[in-house]
Amino acid sequence: MKTRDAATEPGLAFRIGLALLLFAITAGLALALLAEPVAPGVAGQVEAALGDSGAKNHVTAVLLNFRGYDTLLELAVLTSALVGVWALGVAPDIRETTPSPVLLGMNSVLIPLAPLFCAYLLWAGASRPGGAFQAGAVLAAAAVLYNISCRRPELRLPRAPLRPGIVIGLGVFIATGFGVMGGGRAFMEYPAGLAGGLILLIETAATLSIALILASLFVGGRPEGEP
Amino acid sequence: MSEWLAGAPWMMLAIMLPLAGALVAFLLPRHSALVGLGAGLLTACAALAVMLQVAADGRQAYQLGGWPAPLGIELVADGLSVLMLAMTAVVGVAVSVYARVYLADSPDKVRRFWPLWLFLWAALNALFQAGDAFNLYVTLELMGLSAVALVALSGSGPALSGAMRYLLVSLLGSLSYLVGVALLYHAYGTLDLALLSERADGGLQLAVPLGAMIAGLLLKTGLFPFHIWLPPAHGSARAPVSALLSGLVVKASFYLLLRLWFTFTPEGQGVPLLLGSLGATAIFWGSIQALRQKRLKLLVAYSTVAQLGYLFIAFPLANLEPALAWGGSIYLALSHAMAKGAMFLAAGSIMTQGGHDEIDELDRVVERMPLTLAAFALSGISLAGLPPSGGFVGKWMLLQAAMTQGSWFWALVIIVGGLLTATYVFRVLGFAFTKSPHEHERHDVPATMEWTALVLALGAVLLGFAAPWALPLLEGVLP
Amino acid sequence: MSSGLLFACGGLGLLAIGLWALVLRAHLIRKVLAVNVMGSGAFLLLVGAGSMGETGVDPVPQAMVITGIVVAISATALALALVLRLANATGKPALPEDRERDLMDEGGR
Repeated sequence: MKTRDAATEPGLAFRIGLALLLFAITAGLALALLAEPVAPGVAGQVEAALGDSGAKNHVTAVLLNFRGYDTLLELAVLTSALVGVWALGVAPDIRETTPSPVLLGMNSVLIPLAPLFCAYLLWAGASRPGGAFQAGAVLAAAAVLYNISCRRPELRLPRAPLRPGIVIGLGVFIATGFGVMGGGRAFMEYPAGLAGGLILLIETAATLSIALILASLFVGGRPEGEP
Repeated sequence: MSEWLAGAPWMMLAIMLPLAGALVAFLLPRHSALVGLGAGLLTACAALAVMLQVAADGRQAYQLGGWPAPLGIELVADGLSVLMLAMTAVVGVAVSVYARVYLADSPDKVRRFWPLWLFLWAALNALFQAGDAFNLYVTLELMGLSAVALVALSGSGPALSGAMRYLLVSLLGSLSYLVGVALLYHAYGTLDLALLSERADGGLQLAVPLGAMIAGLLLKTGLFPFHIWLPPAHGSARAPVSALLSGLVVKASFYLLLRLWFTFTPEGQGVPLLLGSLGATAIFWGSIQALRQKRLKLLVAYSTVAQLGYLFIAFPLANLEPALAWGGSIYLALSHAMAKGAMFLAAGSIMTQGGHDEIDELDRVVERMPLTLAAFALSGISLAGLPPSGGFVGKWMLLQAAMTQGSWFWALVIIVGGLLTATYVFRVLGFAFTKSPHEHERHDVPATMEWTALVLALGAVLLGFAAPWALPLLEGVLP
Repeated sequence: MSSGLLFACGGLGLLAIGLWALVLRAHLIRKVLAVNVMGSGAFLLLVGAGSMGETGVDPVPQAMVITGIVVAISATALALALVLRLANATGKPALPEDRERDLMDEGGR
């Protein structure tokens, strides 16, 4: 035991004080939680307006139509996090190790299936739980599995443009928001007939961006060759 | 004019223009400075257009997606919002022009600064115009992440640890705010601030979530004793970033605190008294720590801690004199943004010139950079509260509010605080006129850097003259 | 006790546990994990509170949680990248005030 550590670790008095504070906070929050709600939520209004929203799933309608602005800003948060991570420095080297056969076997099944899952989740998001974020996450997971398997195939792929792919999700979102404004409509006010198609368009672009962003966030830095 | 203004949805443009600009700046790294500056100027124009709209026609609202609250999200711009938007526009343009020149010799920093700064600007404009509680959470997070990334941009050890601490505190504050939003929605069934203020009628259901939200925002504003993260983060960032953080980002969480206070108008004297006391402690603690600093940027950062304390003195005074107290606090926030921005820009110029920012080694820097020292001195005038600066108007209103209520204690705090501010400003100015025994390197500082700092400082000093036009905008906003 | 209330209280518990660890642990990755636990607690509170009512499932808290999860991922990613750079720059994945503390729990506390 090092007595030097004992001098800088928080002492017992501090811990007891913190525990009491946490107990008080939790109790206060629980009391507020148990109180009788004053007014019901927005569920009824969502149900009523669902027909005009272009989606049959309540959550998708809220996420991409009624409160679509929140989703736009959330996509901006994701993009800005990537810009921030790229600003920190070059991606750290991955130690090349021999991947385990379990990983390789799993990859040989999961990676080809991932785009299928992604497309299904994207399509199903209109009427069932699903949507752009879930689909993008599946695709990014496949990219991460590929990354950690340290297997680089002998393909001569042309250098894919990464930055346009990252930017396109938020870009299409903002562009459609402006695009529907002809005819006196507000920003992001999708016409009732076109809403479903526009939502699918936005979600497709967002899926691509989210997959690229999440996979790049896993890499943890700027890829070499990026300015 | 009104028809021309009504032609475009300026409120929404003030948010979407910087967002789109950030994307383009990220997409074209070689031209990011030009894109950044252009988008910044357009954003400032949109913000000023919103201000003219509100000045002419009163409170403006914009339904995003065409859905009315509580189903959809509304943007709301009233007098307080536009004052904050205008503050962001002025400081933003000045810092953008400065940063264009300051970063010119580090091309890798240039590419990363502009997208992040535009994201931050978009978040600020979105925050000042938000009318929905959860939307505010997302804007808070966008603001926080961009700000942290900007601090970490300088890459040094102290900058990275300052950014890390800032990130952890920021996330804790946002989570506390989110818990409050969750409980508010559970209790009142809506996220729209206007509807919430109608439905809320006090009791534990309002007090607990409001307390959680205010605690989170106090963390993000850096009020004593939650200020620990502020000096390392603001002191180790690059000068334009420090100007943005001290000038704008801490004001955003303070604005949100005010907005929540005005929306829910909590009664009781306990919390306002507590906030006022913490503010008074911040003034003394921050000023004394500023006097003890050896580095210029840390001195300016501790000065921010002290000046933020002033903003909270309004809380105990507002019960009997709301217009004077809140008006003074808001005006102090506006002038502090410009003055502190100018001070950090001046500190950046001094650091560029000498390669260091040790205060007692300033070595008669006034001879080489008189404009920069003038900017520093003028900012100090505003911070100390000398007429005709904006700081004077703010402090004068707070003093009036205190004296008409007979609160001699708060009046004393305000006056002594002003004296302490003057002390540490004059300490720097004194060393600026003194020759140092050591030799230091000398670099040339581009004139643009000196002039932007000076113009911003002049703005802070002349802000007092704008008071007759700016303060009436607050009618209808204050409780 | 409805299941919604149970989940919401579970969320409160996670918030408390996360805050305890955030304050007391020295290793930065532990602090980032603590923030994540707190985030999960907040989301659980949101969804649990949303399903406490009798009028079926409310989609707005669920949408809020989806947004919140993405925001939390972004913040965690930035935090981990920062921890990596900080550890490379200063040698230890800890804030300056925690550098002398027991990062890997070798003291067995």
